[in-house]
Amino acid sequence: MMFRNLVCPVCGASCDDIQVEMTAEGIVAKNACKMGNAKFQELASPHRIRQPLICQGGEMLPSGWEEALDRAADILASSSRPLIFIGSETSCEAMEVGLHLGEYLGGVVDSNSTVCHGPTAMGIQEAGRVGATAGQSKNRADLTVYWGSNPLESMPRHMSRYAVYPRGYWTRRGRFDRTVITVDPRRSLTAENSDLHIQLNPNTDFELLSALLALLHGQQPHPSAEEVTGVAIRQMEEMLELMKGCNYGVIYAGLGMASSYGKHRNAEMAFHLVQELNNHTKFVIGALRGHCNVAGFNQVASYLYGYPFGLDFSRGYPRYNPGEFTAVDLLRERDVDAALVVCADLVSHFPADCASYLGEIPMICIDIASCPTTMLSDVVLPGVIDAMECDGTFYRLDDVPIYFQPFTASPFPFTASNQHTLQQLMERVRGRKEAGS
Amino acid sequence: MSSLIIKNGCLFDPLNGIDGEVKDIFIRDGRVVTDLSGTQRRGAQVIDAAKKTVMPGGVDSHSHVAGAKVNAGRLMRPEDHIRTVRARTAITHGGSGYTIPSVYKQGYDYAGMGYTTVFEAAMPPLEARHTHEEMGATPVLDMGAYMVLGNNWFVMRYLKDGDIDRTAAYIAWMMRTHKAYGIKCVNPAGVENWGWAKNVNSLDEPNIHFDITPREVIRGLAEANELLGLPMSLHLHTNNLGHPGNWEITRESLKITAGLAPSSRAQVPWAETRLDSRRQQTVYLAHAQFCSFGGTSWRDFQSGAQGVIDYVNSAEHVVIDNGAVPFGPATAMTGDGPAIHDLYMLSGQKWSNTDVELECGSGVIPFVYAKSSPISSIQWAMGLELLLRIKDPWKTIMTTDHPNGGVFTEYPQVMTWLMSRKARDQTASECHKWAYDRSSLGEVDREMDLFEMAVLTRANPARTIGISFRKGHLGAGADGDVTIYDIDPSTLDPAHHQNLASALARPYCTIKDGAVIARRGEVLAVPEGRRFYCQPFSDQEEEKEMLSDLKEWFKYYTVGFANYPVPDKYLKRPAPIAVNRPLEALARRR
Repeated sequence: MMFRNLVCPVCGASCDDIQVEMTAEGIVAKNACKMGNAKFQELASPHRIRQPLICQGGEMLPSGWEEALDRAADILASSSRPLIFIGSETSCEAMEVGLHLGEYLGGVVDSNSTVCHGPTAMGIQEAGRVGATAGQSKNRADLTVYWGSNPLESMPRHMSRYAVYPRGYWTRRGRFDRTVITVDPRRSLTAENSDLHIQLNPNTDFELLSALLALLHGQQPHPSAEEVTGVAIRQMEEMLELMKGCNYGVIYAGLGMASSYGKHRNAEMAFHLVQELNNHTKFVIGALRGHCNVAGFNQVASYLYGYPFGLDFSRGYPRYNPGEFTAVDLLRERDVDAALVVCADLVSHFPADCASYLGEIPMICIDIASCPTTMLSDVVLPGVIDAMECDGTFYRLDDVPIYFQPFTASPFPFTASNQHTLQQLMERVRGRKEAGS
Repeated sequence: MSSLIIKNGCLFDPLNGIDGEVKDIFIRDGRVVTDLSGTQRRGAQVIDAAKKTVMPGGVDSHSHVAGAKVNAGRLMRPEDHIRTVRARTAITHGGSGYTIPSVYKQGYDYAGMGYTTVFEAAMPPLEARHTHEEMGATPVLDMGAYMVLGNNWFVMRYLKDGDIDRTAAYIAWMMRTHKAYGIKCVNPAGVENWGWAKNVNSLDEPNIHFDITPREVIRGLAEANELLGLPMSLHLHTNNLGHPGNWEITRESLKITAGLAPSSRAQVPWAETRLDSRRQQTVYLAHAQFCSFGGTSWRDFQSGAQGVIDYVNSAEHVVIDNGAVPFGPATAMTGDGPAIHDLYMLSGQKWSNTDVELECGSGVIPFVYAKSSPISSIQWAMGLELLLRIKDPWKTIMTTDHPNGGVFTEYPQVMTWLMSRKARDQTASECHKWAYDRSSLGEVDREMDLFEMAVLTRANPARTIGISFRKGHLGAGADGDVTIYDIDPSTLDPAHHQNLASALARPYCTIKDGAVIARRGEVLAVPEGRRFYCQPFSDQEEEKEMLSDLKEWFKYYTVGFANYPVPDKYLKRPAPIAVNRPLEALARRR
């Protein structure tokens, strides 16, 4: 049987045209890129965690669901300030429950964006962001700028679905109607396929953006800009002329911008540049949100509590202060005493100090496959794969919500989705807290 | 089942013609009833409202409380959230935000202020799922959302062909698909031009490529609205919003729907009212204050409300909401992307914008209305001038266009200004003198009474958007939503306006569906709110043809046709309204 119009749960592109066929030979996923295809194969993967695990005497041993859930609830209920970290490969519905749990416990709730496009969100808080949904660039854009991003390798269908190749309403010839600029210190695959590659020195995005803004305002950048950025002023002028001269331009900013020196100041400067470009032509900017539903957490946390990530509930109301209430900082400062990690491998991706502290405190992990984080956990609850085994909502890279439906069901009798798992955990924690009070 | 008796209150129920009479109200199973049986009376909860003001629960027909642009505002303004917080309680969630509160805080604040029904005034179809998610997370409030259609490619194409039937078929399908309540038209034809960083500036200027004028869009949408028989009329945000001198285009825009017959054909049981509770208008002008600017520049800026007031006074087909400016911080957010760009050029504040493919646009920018600012002061005066000088209160609704003119929690202050000349004079003495110099507010002696306030904040918003079949009054069969204010009408002295404002801000209690949900601002219960939306019927053959065209053009979207709708599961407590009986639709077509 062929399932159509499925949503891919891998990257922020949320491609919604995936077709899946379950055959005797295995799973065949059509329209998916190599990343997406690999993920669909996970359904029948030998790495899959198929039962709850509890750490006993340093060893992860299989356990019953009730027992694992009890142990997890004990850990959370007895902690005074837990960190609840919700990764991006799960639904907004699960994130909502995670936020409620964090609020109830007076803990801290954070998500992937803290180490991803968090600086971009902070840039928005400084400058605002002039953007558009992806279809605007598909139909109108005759200039696409990839700044610090390499979609051909990180979001393989971005160029073909949204930005460069599609034949839009005013871009009937697809790629031939568009100019592509890549700003990247590396000669990436995307850069090779661009019309202009601005190869700036690493960590000089802020300076290059400032110089472009100065040029846009009719001023000459300081001559040192050439040496600092490694880009000739003549080349900056050429780039700016392309930007001013297009009918509709779009910048897709990647982590190259958000994670270079300057962090959120880079994003802020880019947003200012785009705002000012709108006095000349139509120009928008968007972040190339890499991971699945990473944009969703920002949306859900903002509408439920008022802040996009790093929310502290220790005072009973939400507080936000990146650098203080964000996951890396809390772990580095040893400021939390338990952790619930949902669909994220923190031990692999966080700084070593943070990872080792995670090994010291009791940790619960919900994940589909074993990874360093599950290995250091006290309780592992098997994850359900969103968009394959349960329905829910993702927010796409341009903040458009996409409702996904499963083509199969959760393989576990004890939970239907990560949302369901978190709800059960919440109930049990509540039971303990109310019994104790 | 539960019964509630509200005894001895002074009732203000305009749709039933009740002006302050002492009257008991009976509520059974969430609905107003004329009387209770002896057994029911014995088991009933009784609230003594002697020497108190009793009104139907507040109805906000124009607020921005859910959806992508509201949340863009929340995300970009941590400075708005850090100072205004709400801690969680045993039954309520925590929250934060002053001009753009998080959804929980928003729901509690409305309920604590006596409002039980709130409509989100701009829902972009592609992002309707977002709007529904937020409404779903909002506690207490019954809600619905108007769908933005004034720059929709399909609407523009069908109207360019002069095909009202197909436009109506499209709208009907869209409303069912996205679970929308009404039609919003924002800067018709202009926002499409904003896709190229341009705008339109007059009613007869065709936009780029689609070659359609604002006049054609307004007329077409209004005709389709009446053809479908929707409960509310077109909600119109006019062109040139926020530009000095725009009052003229506003008046001309209102003229466009003159002569159309209002035709509301919701297939619902209507609660009893003494007055006709069906809408009389064919156009509902949004935030009239922002559409009534006079002068030719910011230098000679003045109120242009006179022209709009004169026209509304002479016309029978118009209702306005004012979009009052109560001073203080605000967040401007609208589907009118170019208008927000203009504000960015003026203020240099941080500016966010999101254009939505094939459909619409939006912009968000922080703003402060300062008493020291001459322009803000005139805008304050204009918001009140419009309500006080349009003679018939049934043509006006009080809003702040939250959070554009100001925050909804300022409603009690706005009501106080409407009710007290002394309160107005005092504020005029504190703000820039242009407030009285460049508007007619200083000449207005009118002080609205509690009956008129009930019209402006309950009866008329409900009637204008057609929810009056169950909201906005306390006739038999209406929802048991009641606000009891600590105001004794017999001793009410508008000169003591501080007491008035605080009594309006923290009612004695708010009752929803017959249960007390808030007392003096404190939330006591958090029921799940209803989600109102329309399911208009349109001619099936027409719809089939429309759909084949729609599917052909869907290649320009980035979301597949199958993944476009709002799934049913997003609505926890749906309240669909069937509109346009098949036979009636067919008869009209012939």
